[in-house]
Amino acid sequence: MSAQAPVAPALAQGAASAATFEPVIIGFTCNWCSYRAADLAGTARTKYPPNVRLIRLMCSGRLDPTFVLKAYAEGADAVLVTGCHPGECHYIEQNYKALRRFQLLQRTIEALGIEPARLQLVWASAAEGVRLASEIARVTEEVRALGPLNWPAGNIVDIDSVNLDAAWEATGGDAGGPPAMPDGVDPEHEAEVAQ
Amino acid sequence: MTAEHSHLPVEGEVRIGVYVCHCGSNIAGVVDVPEVTRWAAENLRDQGVVVARDYKFMCSSPGQELVTDDIKNLGLNRIVVAACSPHLHENTFRTATARGGLNPYLCELVSIREQDSWVTTDKAAATAKAKAILAGGVERVRRNEPLVPVTVDINPATLVVGGGIAGISATLELADAGFKVYLVEKEPSIGGHMAQFDKTFPTLDCAACILTPKMVTAGTHPNVELLTWSEVEKVEGFVGNFTVTVRKKARYVDEDACNGCGVCQEKCPKKVLDEVFEAGLGYRKAIYTPFDQAVPRTPVLDRPNCTYFERGTCKACEIFCESDAIDFTQEDKILTLQVGNIILATGYDLFDARRMQQYGYGRLPNVFTSLEFERLSNSAGPTNGHIVLRDGVTEPKSVAIVHCVGSRDKNYNSYCSAICCMQSLKFAHLVREHTEATIYEFYIDMRTAGKGYDEFYQRILEEGGIFVRGKPAEITDVARTPEEEGKLILQVEDTLVGQQRRFPVDMVILSSGLEPRADAKELAVRFGISCSFDGWAIEKHPKLDPVATMTEGVFVAGCVSGPKDIPASVAQGAAAAARVLGRIQQKQMNLEPIKATVHAEHCSGCRICNTMCPYNAISFDDVKGVSSINAAMCQGCGTCVAACPAGAISGSGFSDEQVLAQIEGLLRIGASGAPLERTAYPVTRHEAIEEAVRA
Repeated sequence: MSAQAPVAPALAQGAASAATFEPVIIGFTCNWCSYRAADLAGTARTKYPPNVRLIRLMCSGRLDPTFVLKAYAEGADAVLVTGCHPGECHYIEQNYKALRRFQLLQRTIEALGIEPARLQLVWASAAEGVRLASEIARVTEEVRALGPLNWPAGNIVDIDSVNLDAAWEATGGDAGGPPAMPDGVDPEHEAEVAQ
Repeated sequence: MTAEHSHLPVEGEVRIGVYVCHCGSNIAGVVDVPEVTRWAAENLRDQGVVVARDYKFMCSSPGQELVTDDIKNLGLNRIVVAACSPHLHENTFRTATARGGLNPYLCELVSIREQDSWVTTDKAAATAKAKAILAGGVERVRRNEPLVPVTVDINPATLVVGGGIAGISATLELADAGFKVYLVEKEPSIGGHMAQFDKTFPTLDCAACILTPKMVTAGTHPNVELLTWSEVEKVEGFVGNFTVTVRKKARYVDEDACNGCGVCQEKCPKKVLDEVFEAGLGYRKAIYTPFDQAVPRTPVLDRPNCTYFERGTCKACEIFCESDAIDFTQEDKILTLQVGNIILATGYDLFDARRMQQYGYGRLPNVFTSLEFERLSNSAGPTNGHIVLRDGVTEPKSVAIVHCVGSRDKNYNSYCSAICCMQSLKFAHLVREHTEATIYEFYIDMRTAGKGYDEFYQRILEEGGIFVRGKPAEITDVARTPEEEGKLILQVEDTLVGQQRRFPVDMVILSSGLEPRADAKELAVRFGISCSFDGWAIEKHPKLDPVATMTEGVFVAGCVSGPKDIPASVAQGAAAAARVLGRIQQKQMNLEPIKATVHAEHCSGCRICNTMCPYNAISFDDVKGVSSINAAMCQGCGTCVAACPAGAISGSGFSDEQVLAQIEGLLRIGASGAPLERTAYPVTRHEAIEEAVRA
């Protein structure tokens, strides 16, 4: 098998020290509580780090786990899920469903090698503008300390540039399964792929 | 939002207009608006942006005209406005979009004010964030679909919860306008707290004289169905079509038969301490109306205290009742009401002064709460208006009135209860009117904003009385000097003199603050509204929409949303009624078309979504083997959309495509404003494999 190409542009991990690194965080908000809390934080001119970018959903229950994974894939360093406090859901109980998904998802990302702190859950009622702002500040600091969400470049295969059939054949086609991902980059193979 | 616009097809080339608002200096003071506009025009061209403009106030008429003119002249078919929160102006720009001939749902309002310029000090970072938010809106709007609002009929009947002055005010406005009102009150009579007062500030009107005529009107109005001794148990449905379940507690008195003569109360042998209406100062019978002017006149039999229910004998009330109205077999009734709108006017609870142990309430007999004093000074109260100490006979020679008990205090409630200064001044006047006592007022600040309020303050100052600026640290009966013997001593720092002082008095009145009802949070959940951390209901907008809530069809009036005096409560009751009348007159209203739909061809019939819906809107068709959603019952939360493993459920307004695209847009640039470098994650690999498999 020869299909490995660290084509993804690796972020300069060393260069971005914790002090200067500005993470980008995607925040999912509920229309009824946390989005209103964000509005309230604004109206009250409560300052918080500009690193978080919010998406409005009707309910935290709308949060499809794919949204979170998509955010990581698109370059977010962390995802903040927010919703109504337990027992205060606008749709009776859907935030509990969000909670269940959140817990499963946190285990999933951990299995993928993403630190659990990169996925956080904050309950914020429509009155808790200040609290939401301080939680955003806290999460931002924690993610800043973690550094960029950098998948080790050596392990990255850009699937779009790989001929899966060729890769499969390269293993002899009978090895009993799809090709295993190699641990490191073999300079020789890298050169081959580059051609 | 007319139907003809809604059906305009949006096909072919996407042509997006982008409008960035300065909002005076609210946005432009922090965000470099021209730069954001330039960036959008240059960098989002491939996304379909054909024009990007900035304007001082997009919500002004010329601002909206930019949108409508561009739709007509440039053939735009998508609009993104970067300005304030959609909760403020979404409707404004959707309407402008519709005026231009487009479906209003093809307009997206993204917030670069509340979420950016108002919360960020770093101008470069704020500008970068504004670009990202705008790009998110552009990517999202590309996937917006033309939607048609759902039209619902408005049931002209209204439910008013709470029969205090705010609820009565709302009820009468609606009933006089000719519409049916159900007024639900949990106590045996309407009237609320106001019925307990003797005088009202600043005019010193007799509370009963101005309140009871309104109570009687509410009780006899042909359009009002009064449901006292009743509580709302469940609320289902949505604006225009609420189904409300009310528990009408057993009175053990037949309301139709009872003529309100009161002989049962007279003959009942059992005396019970009245903790509610008389604030624990007086007694009532086991069968009772809380006060003489109660509406309705029908008494309530207090089952836990009734001798018959306790021992099986007595029935004095039944024996003497000439109209055979006593019915010991009566049971709670469950009523189902159909209403179009709901007004919550559930009022407040008094701060429990026992929590401030340093003031000795409950331990030192001659420390009274404000509500106790109201009853004490009321000529219809337990002492017939004689202001006396707890022994029931001694007139006090000195009275201290303590302001801000439980209010403006970080240990209890940090807010100002708004009414206590005026209430305390009224108490000073009443004490002077009824006794010879020296009066001390202990205040932090005097707050007398309101028509005629400061004039009242001046009047009380002139009447004499000693005003001490300082909050008492302690009220004690431990004397240090012979003069203090047998007195209550207030230890206080007089902040005007800069000294610790001790004031021996006979009587202390604690001007307790107002608190949300103990069950405020359950109430909020039951009616689907939000409340603050304290428990006060949250208005749709604290200034511009103070009686509406975020839930369509549910309004608030009076102290349920925060401490208010009587004039404000009355005004809010009328205001809420006016809002409801507006809805009723429209007969129909448009609802947001945010609904979930199952695409039967993709549904595998796994039924996972069936258990997700708290409104039972999803049902399973056994024959076809697929699930389907009842659009009228769907509330649009989207939980089933996220749950469907086959992606067979789509959520209009918040589709997967819209949200995923918005994520892409939001992550177009990094925190510095430079393009965000993407790393190929295993997620991407996974997606690619899926893609390959699908291909």
